[in-house]
Amino acid sequence: MLSLLWLIPLLPLAGFLSIVLGGGRMRGSMVALIAVGVVGLSAAMAAAVAIRFIYLPPAGNSFTQTLWTWIPATGFMPEISLRLDALSLVMVTVITFVAFLILLYSAEFMGGDEGYARFFAWMDLFVASMLVLVLADNFLLLYLGWEGVGMCSFLLIGFWYRDSANARAARKAFIVTRIGDAAFVVALFLIFTHLGTLTIQEAAARASREWPVGSGLAVAAAALMLAAAVGKSAQLPLQTWLPDAMAGPTPVSALIHAATMVTAGVYLIARANAFFTLAPFVQWLVAVIGAVTLLLAAFAALVQCDIKRVLAYSTMSQVGYMFLALGVGAWSAAIFHFMVHAFFKSLLFLGAGAVIMALHEEHDIFAMGGLRRALPGTFWAFLIGAASLAALPVVTAGFYSKDLILLCDWTSKSGSVWLWAAGLAGAFLTAMYAFRLVFIVFFGELRTKPGRKPGFRMGAALAVLAFFSLSAGFIQIPPDIVNFSPLSELLETSLPRLSAVSVGTQTEALLQAVAGLAGLAGIFFAWFFFRHPALVERLVLTPLGSAFRRLWLEGWCFDRAYDALFVRPYIRLAEINKDDCIDLLNRTLARACESMHYLLIGTQNGRVRQYAAAVTLGAIVIIALMVLL
Amino acid sequence: MITVPIEHVILMAAILFSLGLTGVLARRNVLFILLSIEVMLNAAGIAFVAAGARWAQADGQIMFLFILTMAAAEVAVGLAIILQYYRHTGTLDVDAMGGGRR
Repeated sequence: MLSLLWLIPLLPLAGFLSIVLGGGRMRGSMVALIAVGVVGLSAAMAAAVAIRFIYLPPAGNSFTQTLWTWIPATGFMPEISLRLDALSLVMVTVITFVAFLILLYSAEFMGGDEGYARFFAWMDLFVASMLVLVLADNFLLLYLGWEGVGMCSFLLIGFWYRDSANARAARKAFIVTRIGDAAFVVALFLIFTHLGTLTIQEAAARASREWPVGSGLAVAAAALMLAAAVGKSAQLPLQTWLPDAMAGPTPVSALIHAATMVTAGVYLIARANAFFTLAPFVQWLVAVIGAVTLLLAAFAALVQCDIKRVLAYSTMSQVGYMFLALGVGAWSAAIFHFMVHAFFKSLLFLGAGAVIMALHEEHDIFAMGGLRRALPGTFWAFLIGAASLAALPVVTAGFYSKDLILLCDWTSKSGSVWLWAAGLAGAFLTAMYAFRLVFIVFFGELRTKPGRKPGFRMGAALAVLAFFSLSAGFIQIPPDIVNFSPLSELLETSLPRLSAVSVGTQTEALLQAVAGLAGLAGIFFAWFFFRHPALVERLVLTPLGSAFRRLWLEGWCFDRAYDALFVRPYIRLAEINKDDCIDLLNRTLARACESMHYLLIGTQNGRVRQYAAAVTLGAIVIIALMVLL
Repeated sequence: MITVPIEHVILMAAILFSLGLTGVLARRNVLFILLSIEVMLNAAGIAFVAAGARWAQADGQIMFLFILTMAAAEVAVGLAIILQYYRHTGTLDVDAMGGGRR
């Protein structure tokens, strides 16, 4: 069973190829059948592989499948080889499963779009690239997947390319993430020159052997990988592309910009955990970046008016939680939160998509309202997603994962009260903006009459995701409730265990209670502000309130700062250098040749007597020279 | 036997050559240019003969015979071209010949 591992990324790739080559001649239903079918098969394969892996673990708890040598050069032999261990198993299962549901949803959601086949081709290519990314056994193959998902993200953000704003958003996403990608390439160079291999496990082992903790090389490698992760995962300071990336179709936002691609950075850090353990400072930086991002993004999400932008900032904030967990060494807690987040955030996006579709492309939440009765199914799905995001205690999956992260912040040796406090404040804000969204969109009076309701395929995807948003948390229950944590047991076969200071069960329970109360308080405040709009109005009208509202609305004005610092000076430089200064040299040469040519053209006039005179003159000159010299 | 100094012969050849060259440069009628070229060729021939006589070598006279033959051939071809040209255009003005090309 495990030897069929290569089929998992190959199936979506085959789907991509068949749609690209024959999609123009196929009917829409055929395209959807292929696109959804291959990913569904891939998910089934992943499930089979997962069952086999869990009940009959291979030797060493990992399975490596080498397909062929990619570049056979002496001393540099990257292979196309896949590695399945607990980490990649969880990633692959979640990716294929969520991607299947989102594609099923898009089969209906994208119906009637002129780029129907194009959409599914790119989605399949994305899934294939993402699977290559998480299954890669060496950094080079991982990088191939890394760039593949970046490209698909670019293509899908600019899917409706006729609108130049969408194209601009796609370009921005591509360029900003590219900063991180460049750092990743440098990290690969560094690892290869100093460790002589790109195989992840081998490189990690050699690094642990040869580099002392905190040495310059280890710090450089970890910092470069952190830069890559920060770019891909939209964390401070490269987070500006994510809100604009919402220009793409909603399923794209759900799959790429919430569930899978933006967590590639989390995966990279977890995968390369050996390098981060060697560089404690960089690991501390991971935690700090995560904490700061989660707070800033949560504040920004509080005031957004575009339903998808709220969710975009929320994604940024939740990925911040994962970084926070990674930074304190709680590797499996980060992956747990990744899994739960993939379910509830794609559920929220898909629910938002259903609302947007029903209200004829309306994105403004203040034009929505009262949809609870008009779209009951969507309402329940969205409510479950929001509850999970807000970490509603006990019943939702989000509670278990977020609680685990907060607990790890408290107990980890590298954790601190400040990180825990940031996480707690984030939990409060998260609950507040999540339920602000629910109340404004679904409660109150009906403002816009909804049109098309979601059909069977969209409804099915929403229902399954809602089920998992509630239940996915039960595979990792904190020990003070029920001692049942198969997920972390599984993940600890491939990720280091958290080195924690042990705290009593009572402290643990207290921390859980505080975290739960923070979420409930957030929900209460959201309700309170929703019931008293006049209060909000007054708050916003005070000078401080309006200043903060503007600041948060623009996402802390990072865009404006980057525009002033980098974009505009760059454009100005480009304008100055419009006639490329190197071209100037070439052009001078060309112009000299040209003027020479015009000078000489006068001699070729066809007048025989002038030719004769020239010959004579030449002869005289030569004779004179011979005589005189 | 009165011997003519070689300097005189060379001087005469030079004068003849210059006259021919002037004719080529100054004349506009193609026919006269052709004649002037003949004069230049003969000037060269005289110089060859004089030099052959000076060093008592047959080479000078052989070269002269060579020039003579070449000149005859050249005149034959040249005159034929001029004749054809005149029939086509009705003029022998050398400046009108290729002047239009630029």
